Amino acid sequence: MIAEFGLVALWLAAALAGLQLVAGFFGMREGGEQVAALARPAALVQALLCGLSFLALIYLFATTDLSVKLVAANSHSAKPMIFKLAGTWGNHEGSMLLWITVMALAGGLIAALERRLPERTMLATLGAQGFLALGFYAFILFTSNPFERLPLPPVEGNGLNPLLQDIGQAFHPPNLYVGYVGLSVAFSFVVGALLTRQVTPEFARVMRPWVLGAWVFLTIGITAGSYWAYYELGWGGWWFWDPVENAALMPWLAATALLHSVSVLAARDALRAWTVMLGVVAFSMSMVGTFLVRSGILTSVHAFAVDPERGSFILMLLALYIGGALVLFATRAGTVAEGERFSILSREGALVVNNVALSAILGIVLLGTLYPLLTEAFDVRVSVGPPYFNPVAAIFFLPMLVVLAIGPLLRWRGDSFARIRIPVIILAAIAVVTLLAVWLLADIDLLPLLGLALAAMVAVGSVLPLRGRSLRRLPIAVWGMVIAHLGVAVALFGMAADTAFQQERLVAASVGDVIEDGPWQVELRSVKPVAGPNWTAIEADLGLTYKGAPAGEAKPQARSFWSPPTETSEVALVTRWNGQLYAALGNQAEDGRWQLRLWWKPFVTWIWYGGLLIALGGVLSIIGRVSGDLRRRVAARKIADRKADEEALAAGAGA
Amino acid sequence: MRVLLALIALALAAPLAAQDSLPPAPYAYQQLEDPELEAQATELMHTLRCLKCQSQSIADSDAPMAGDMRHQVRTRIAAGEDPEDIRAWLIQRYGDYVSYQPRVTAATWPLFAIPLALLVIVFFILRGRFARRSKGAGE
Repeated sequence: MIAEFGLVALWLAAALAGLQLVAGFFGMREGGEQVAALARPAALVQALLCGLSFLALIYLFATTDLSVKLVAANSHSAKPMIFKLAGTWGNHEGSMLLWITVMALAGGLIAALERRLPERTMLATLGAQGFLALGFYAFILFTSNPFERLPLPPVEGNGLNPLLQDIGQAFHPPNLYVGYVGLSVAFSFVVGALLTRQVTPEFARVMRPWVLGAWVFLTIGITAGSYWAYYELGWGGWWFWDPVENAALMPWLAATALLHSVSVLAARDALRAWTVMLGVVAFSMSMVGTFLVRSGILTSVHAFAVDPERGSFILMLLALYIGGALVLFATRAGTVAEGERFSILSREGALVVNNVALSAILGIVLLGTLYPLLTEAFDVRVSVGPPYFNPVAAIFFLPMLVVLAIGPLLRWRGDSFARIRIPVIILAAIAVVTLLAVWLLADIDLLPLLGLALAAMVAVGSVLPLRGRSLRRLPIAVWGMVIAHLGVAVALFGMAADTAFQQERLVAASVGDVIEDGPWQVELRSVKPVAGPNWTAIEADLGLTYKGAPAGEAKPQARSFWSPPTETSEVALVTRWNGQLYAALGNQAEDGRWQLRLWWKPFVTWIWYGGLLIALGGVLSIIGRVSGDLRRRVAARKIADRKADEEALAAGAGA
Repeated sequence: MRVLLALIALALAAPLAAQDSLPPAPYAYQQLEDPELEAQATELMHTLRCLKCQSQSIADSDAPMAGDMRHQVRTRIAAGEDPEDIRAWLIQRYGDYVSYQPRVTAATWPLFAIPLALLVIVFFILRGRFARRSKGAGE
């Protein structure tokens, strides 16, 4: 019953998305007032129905209803409840239902709350949101029905894979999806603004919290994903330029560019066409990311070509939405005036450089990710990896960092170099001194060297906007900017320091051996078997000494799960403020010695602290913008009320 | 002189490894003695794809094949081979797919041409935007 209820709710929600589309697009025309009244209620009810449908699926997983194909394939009655629930979206069908649910809830939210834009623009936005949703409903209902029943329910479910029972894995996908879907709202606003020719600062202010919110979730998602790969894979790497990572990085790059240009539009009514274009690109990248991860094309282009149903459906949606938006943009670009003008030496000028550089990096990541897929289709297999991405992206990334350090010091519209000469000279001196000092003291590669110098420069540059201002009265949004920029410096420093100074020791050790790794001395004290609920493991007991002083112990394990049989390496991490000792235990050699892998990774944790700071900056920015907006609205209402009172008084006196 | 000894030993690596009771690929999980050679080997290994994994280099993988390839790389580096020669040898053996560093070929030139084109486009966008601007400001 519950499964059928969920499916019916989903169909009804799809129908309401259709209604929202019609009501929005016809309502915005002249004489469409009657249908227009339906758009907001349609969005609200759609959100409700889609939410119910998703709850139904959660219920089926919670109760392990094995007559449902998806549950039978992905769940098991013996799983802990939290992983039963997380199992709802740990598979293709469920994750797509989660995607559309987040989208419907976001649509409901703007329908219920957003009243700042002209009503016609809102109708067009809701219509566009309905149009987007309809495509995804069709995708789920026609190719990925999560509620499909089995004629003969199995006795037990199939999904006890312990590797997928990971709390990080449980929350990673929903987190990224919120990011992707937040960009879909920005996309709908862009379409609405283009259709009604209302690309205004007000439109930018309405869109900004959505862009910022999506960006915060994407930032957290990428940071968490990187740390997950770091401790799970067991070899100390934290970024692989893997297509799945790139699928999250590309929307992030576009969203980063978008949130900067949207700020220019909101503050100065400039960069109109560019902001609109980025809004289209950002959601396009979300869809490209979904396509890459969900179509199976990454595993093998040929497998994808043999069973292309889902992939080609997403590809079709992609072409429809992106193509449609670009055509709309092309026809309206002429009527969207460029906006206010400014000189290159201005805050806007710096933000344009940021935007162009981020877009170029995005182009390179997109090229490097898709190109091997393209050649594989023609039976030429090539790999594009770090030796390509790192230097090519750096060409644009490094100059952008210089501008990042200086840009926030500039005034809007136009500035003179004389005014900022002293801070610029200080910043340049910091970069040069760091560069020379590191170059003289350590023999490291060019990219980490430049990374260290620029990290120092950006760190100082990011806090310079606080100079000479009352810290208590500083707007929260400015704090957000300062902290996010500082986060960039912190993360960059972590990346450069780890790349340049990590010390690797791969040894075969007997019990009693002491291994030196950088400032650490690691003694293999014992190796013994241990057992968990569904695994057995060999655990090494490592006694640690840091610079001669005892520093605790580390217990890396080599684990074997028995259902399904899988070997994993459970690394031991010892965190200090200035880095991490990373220890992994390998197999036993024939002579009885154990393979130990040790890395001393100076400041590696700063990569993820930086990522979290960036996200925190985004959160502060949202709080600052939304609260400022609410204050303004309350003030406007008070003024309006007072006016009404005065008029009423005057009218009363007159009578 | 230890380097020299190591080199001689490595020339005979395979039979020695058999006598020593280490696994058949001792350099899969052990570093070279000479830190400079090891650094060369590590740098190269990070740019070679593990053919049995999804998007990992041979320096990031537990797969047996990655271990064998690490052993090959370290042995050859220790024998004094140039890293790029080793890469070429591996490409000859496994195809371009094994190297994360794409070569410029008939099939891959756009990978290099497009970033250059981007650079030119970026230059013209910025120049176009601001050259006009300053003229406009001058009027």
